[in-house]
Amino acid sequence: MAATATCTNSLFYGLRLPPLSGSRSSPKRRAAWRPQQVVLPVAKFELRTPPYALDALEPHMSKQTLEFHWGKHHRAYIDNLNKQIDGTDLERKNLEELVKFSYNNGNPQACFNNAGQAWNHDFFWSSIYPGGGGKPDGEVLELIERDFGSFEEFTKEFKAAGVSQFGSGWVWLILKDAKLSILKTSNALNPLIWGYIPLTVVDVWEHAYYLDFQNRRPDYLNTFLDKLISWEAVAGRLARAKAFVNLGEPTIPEK
Amino acid sequence: MAATLLMKKMRSGAETARTMLGFHLWRRGLKTAMRQQEVLPDLPYDYNALEPVISAEIMRLHHQKHHQAYVTGFNKAMEQLNSTSDPQTIVALQSAINFNGGGHVNHAIFWQNLAPPKEGGGEPPEGNLASAIESEFGSLDKLIAKMSTTGAGVQGSGWVWLGLIKDMKRLTVETTANQDPLASKGLIPLLGIDVWEHAYYLQYKNVRPDYLKNVWKVVNWRDVAKRYDSA
Repeated sequence: MAATATCTNSLFYGLRLPPLSGSRSSPKRRAAWRPQQVVLPVAKFELRTPPYALDALEPHMSKQTLEFHWGKHHRAYIDNLNKQIDGTDLERKNLEELVKFSYNNGNPQACFNNAGQAWNHDFFWSSIYPGGGGKPDGEVLELIERDFGSFEEFTKEFKAAGVSQFGSGWVWLILKDAKLSILKTSNALNPLIWGYIPLTVVDVWEHAYYLDFQNRRPDYLNTFLDKLISWEAVAGRLARAKAFVNLGEPTIPEK
Repeated sequence: MAATLLMKKMRSGAETARTMLGFHLWRRGLKTAMRQQEVLPDLPYDYNALEPVISAEIMRLHHQKHHQAYVTGFNKAMEQLNSTSDPQTIVALQSAINFNGGGHVNHAIFWQNLAPPKEGGGEPPEGNLASAIESEFGSLDKLIAKMSTTGAGVQGSGWVWLGLIKDMKRLTVETTANQDPLASKGLIPLLGIDVWEHAYYLQYKNVRPDYLKNVWKVVNWRDVAKRYDSA
């Protein structure tokens, strides 16, 4: 995810033994032996642009916010992550693997914060869209009504989670044990580390809304649900999740 | 048997008076406890007094909105606490009490820790605090550098503090997450710098190190010294 491979050369001694003396090797041949150079691909994460222009979410999320949030904060997480993993084995993991690995079951490694935030922000930009917001339809709506009672109940619970996340963090709609539920995480944590499937997210770090809403986080959450959230993205992620999760009783067609 | 019961029922006049007085005092105490709500303290300076280090817009929002919200939230949580005896409810209220109460305590200290330059803001400390800083950190500049670096490294929201280990009377630099008060680490708070994004974002945006570089121009070391001396 958001990774381009750049090739670097590394020397690989391993099992390449020099030729033994014998009929097939002459002194000239033995002298000419050099260990083989093997090219190993390593990943440098790149900042991927959101799937819309930076001013496309106006007036609900200003261009200035995108310029700082994506252009400075998100970029810094990526740049600092690359610096941290440079020259280590962690370079060979993709971002999702890196997040789960560096979380280290609750004793996070140094790069976890940057890795988690890099992943979270990528997911966030894909979770909002110009002309977004409103009510979903189809299977997403069905599942919301099944697991929350009603769409109104879902929005109420989602906003309550947003305002009660004390400090920095994120509020997620996730698929957990084949049911939809709301999860709030602090700082860089995300549902991947616990094996849940995220469907959408809202960033409630203050930098996400302070320029547009200042302290008014409830207004920001309303705007997110009314004007920004991409239910298409949720539907797409749900469809992919169904490859791994059985959401209900399978319908066996007759004949 | 009946006589004993009658004796128990008959109270002395004094006893009755004491009981009645006790009842009234108890009722007044309850009213006092219920009336005792936290109040947003005034800033000891105008909203624009810390310009250009911290803008008036930030000071106004920080004080009238953020700190006020902590006060309101704390009072509300305490009211709910006082009106219940259900253990589950009581435990569930703890995070709201800690968060809002901590926010109130921390910001009340913060406003006093700052002062406009014409009222001593930025002037280096003197006396006991100055010698303690020198012996613990080497110099004021080294302490400032340490606090700035530590503050810049806080992940998410929190505070960077100059705290006092009481029994050893030793200074230490420490951080707390979210609105945890420094007392939760067993230290006495002397100077706190708020590194929540709301403390600097409108002016410094993502560049927290710039905020931390400049905030020292308005730190009221006299207040810090007072806290040190009275600890």
